[in-house]
Amino acid sequence: MIAENPASASVALTRKDFQSDQQVKWCPGCGDYSILAALQTTLPKLGIKKENIAIISGIGCSSRFPYYMDTYGFHTIHGRACAVATGVKAANPELSVWVITGDGDALSIGGNHTMHALRRNVDLKIMMFNNEIYGLTKGQFSPTSTVGLKTKTSPMGNIDLPANPIALALGSGATFVARTADNDVKHLTSILEAAAAHKGTAFIEILQNCVIFNDGAHDDFYSTANRKEKVIYLEDGKPLTYAGGTKGIAASGFGTLASIDLAEGEEGKAIVHNAAEPTGTLAYALSRFSHPEMPVPLGIFRKVEAPVYHESMDAQIEAAKAKKAPDLQKLLSGGVTWKV
Amino acid sequence: MHETATAVAESPKVVEVESVVIRFAGDSGDGMQLTGNQFTDSAAFLGNDIATLPDYPAEIRAPAGTVAGVSAFQLHFASLDVKTPGDEIDVLVAMNAAALKVNLLDLHKGGILLVDTAGFGEKDLEKAAYKENPLENGSLGDYRVIKLDITELTTKAVAEAGISSKNAARCKNFYTLGMMYWLYDRSCEATLKWIEKKFATKNPDIAKANELALTAGFNYCETVELFQSSYRVAKAPAAPGTYRRISGNEAAALGLIAAGQLSGRPTFLGSYPITPATDILQEMAANKNFGIRTFQAEDEIAGIASAIGASFAGNFAVTTTSGPGLCLKSEGLNLAVMAELPLVVVDVQRGGPSTGLPTKTEQSDLLQALSGRNGDSPVPVIAASTPGDCFWAALEASKVALESMTPVILLTDGYIANGAEPWMIPDVSKLPSIANHLHTDPATFKAYKRDEKGARPWAIPGTPGLEHRIGGLEKQSITGNISYDSDNHQIMTHERHDKVAKIADVIPATKVEGDADADLVLVSWGGTYGSVSSAVDALLDEGVKVAHVHLRWINPLPKDLAGILAKYKTVVVPELNMGQLRQYLMGKLGIPMKGINKIKGKPFKVSELLTEIHAILKEVR
Repeated sequence: MIAENPASASVALTRKDFQSDQQVKWCPGCGDYSILAALQTTLPKLGIKKENIAIISGIGCSSRFPYYMDTYGFHTIHGRACAVATGVKAANPELSVWVITGDGDALSIGGNHTMHALRRNVDLKIMMFNNEIYGLTKGQFSPTSTVGLKTKTSPMGNIDLPANPIALALGSGATFVARTADNDVKHLTSILEAAAAHKGTAFIEILQNCVIFNDGAHDDFYSTANRKEKVIYLEDGKPLTYAGGTKGIAASGFGTLASIDLAEGEEGKAIVHNAAEPTGTLAYALSRFSHPEMPVPLGIFRKVEAPVYHESMDAQIEAAKAKKAPDLQKLLSGGVTWKV
Repeated sequence: MHETATAVAESPKVVEVESVVIRFAGDSGDGMQLTGNQFTDSAAFLGNDIATLPDYPAEIRAPAGTVAGVSAFQLHFASLDVKTPGDEIDVLVAMNAAALKVNLLDLHKGGILLVDTAGFGEKDLEKAAYKENPLENGSLGDYRVIKLDITELTTKAVAEAGISSKNAARCKNFYTLGMMYWLYDRSCEATLKWIEKKFATKNPDIAKANELALTAGFNYCETVELFQSSYRVAKAPAAPGTYRRISGNEAAALGLIAAGQLSGRPTFLGSYPITPATDILQEMAANKNFGIRTFQAEDEIAGIASAIGASFAGNFAVTTTSGPGLCLKSEGLNLAVMAELPLVVVDVQRGGPSTGLPTKTEQSDLLQALSGRNGDSPVPVIAASTPGDCFWAALEASKVALESMTPVILLTDGYIANGAEPWMIPDVSKLPSIANHLHTDPATFKAYKRDEKGARPWAIPGTPGLEHRIGGLEKQSITGNISYDSDNHQIMTHERHDKVAKIADVIPATKVEGDADADLVLVSWGGTYGSVSSAVDALLDEGVKVAHVHLRWINPLPKDLAGILAKYKTVVVPELNMGQLRQYLMGKLGIPMKGINKIKGKPFKVSELLTEIHAILKEVR
């Protein structure tokens, strides 16, 4: 799959090749470090020439990311990374374009652009760091903050119902939707690789820990201690089980799912994950799982094929050229003319 | 209409006239824009000089027959140089009572008024708030009124086409057009061909009906002695060349397409539909064979953001909009200022603030274009003066953007965008070349190292060894790394400023029109060129000395402007806003200036300017 990428070439690069000369300035212990390392480890495996990689970000802590990558990078303005990246990819389809954004950048100020990049199926790899807080402005609630969260702008507790990034991506028609976590490097890397191989928009929610303003936001389910019991890994073709196979997911009604106990050998009672399930019903039902009532899914919710934006755009241009050769003089002359 | 006393020899019924202003007015569904455009084509084709003013409502179909739904198209055609669509009209075609109500004021006394009596029923009169029928109460005594049931005549004329009575009645605009063709001594042939091309394959019945209506209207005048005479407008003197009719929006689109071809870079247009700028997006989308990528974005912000992305990726990038859209684009525009990427922003100005008057013209985005952004953010601003000039201004804006690595704002306005004039088709081989700053050598690469123009290198993704990062944060001079250093910020602010100021090196010397030795100079900009220039001609004819400077580049200003304006006792700035250029020039040049300001959503009438200028002359004398 990767070899088909137009941006690819057989070049032997290493993680070091992707480290820029700029000092990384995130807070010590920030989840961003491991995500940076994961991408720097993933990119050399893709066989893409370094100069064909463009990393586009918006505004927020995570959006400083391009400065630390020795690729082409553009740290744009708040919320607009997807829109800028759409222009980059459309203008030069040879490029492998990655968007680095956060929960505020992608879902609040940039919600519109996120939705439209997803529904157009622009070939972007969107890495959305979700720490459920505004970090760069020093601790205000974000669109994914939990109800009741006390922050500087919600001293009596957050009253906003949180956005569900996965459900939003699915609802927007995204063709690749996944969730992973900053503290599970192996999983994170595998998701980045799968996203890179996908033709079209890949939306990756990365659960990220803000050590300063919302420390431990995801710990109840994703700390190493809790993960085994409370996270369910979505693997294509495999039964949806968790807690060491003692629990599984079964259909419970009209498009709904429930957690069931599984005795040994009862794996078959759990439904089998299928990210390509055409209606998206399974992916949507899984997207509604939230802690503590249900296990939190990590993995690929949905992966389907659809026309890719730049390919459709270029096909029209080629068709137009084939129909009518470009002739500027003729174009300027228009229809009715007269001589003086 | 300026009639000459002598009738043309071969036919006693044909009178030679120099200049005519016709206005077709009806309901928005009556096809008045189409009628006007067809008449314009025929006038242009016959070698008349022309200027047009379409005036249509913001509502697509306001309730039929109401004043809000009136759509009009004004055409000035002449055997002499035409610079405006005309102040007063010689012929008013009013298809209903509302159209008469809205437009009668502009018809001069003794002018021809052709009305479709079918549009003057009880309900029509009520909708137009007429207490009694103006066709019957003697209130139109000052005009040469021709009352005809055009709807009825049309329906009968097209009977053999076998279409529904509703569709038959809709052909009345072609019937009227046929009448006007007779009145101005021109044949129906070109329009018949156009009908054939437009409708024949898709809808042969409609084509047939329109042909019948057009011919019947013409023949009716030929047979019935409706008018005292018909009129002939001779060819206007024009520079030798091949001409076409062009509107400002068409010209802007062609200028951008040409610029893309000349730059050798692929063209990308990120835009969002907005009145009155949408035509440019449509025109460019229709020319994908030039390799143009048009991206209809989710909003104005994504329009400019995608264009910035495309520019970063090495395309010649453009975004088009109108005032409210420019507001939304300000943050993106500032990113382009900081990232120092080439980008053309076209603002087709309309009445503001806010949604304002979407279909009406104004020049009130000037200060926004010059400085509507946070920080010290210099952006070059150029303004087109006529419909045809939109081509040249778009080309020039593009050249500067690519050659100085900067966003450039091109200001046009609803009046020149929708108005049309004859345009000499340029020879492509003689268009200016457009250079760019593409950089490929890693050994000499520094992201913010400037050349003599102050431009930084354009190092586009895909180029080996030039991997670098840019963004909206302040850059360190030369390296382009993030820098919060206070001295560096001052240096970079100056560098950005100087880069734009240096564009003045390539701006041609200021031309003084009119009488350069006058005491009073008029300083205009943008789409008011025609009105101001006509006013200057009229004043000179009266023996009044007056000079005229028309600005094309507003940022930077031409280097010689201060010296030129300092010579005049009185500087007058006429503009379609509250005095935005005047305020800017007074601040920049320190010269006192007077303003003539109209904010009615309409261009200046020459007569209005004359009145104001005479008043100023009296005051300063």
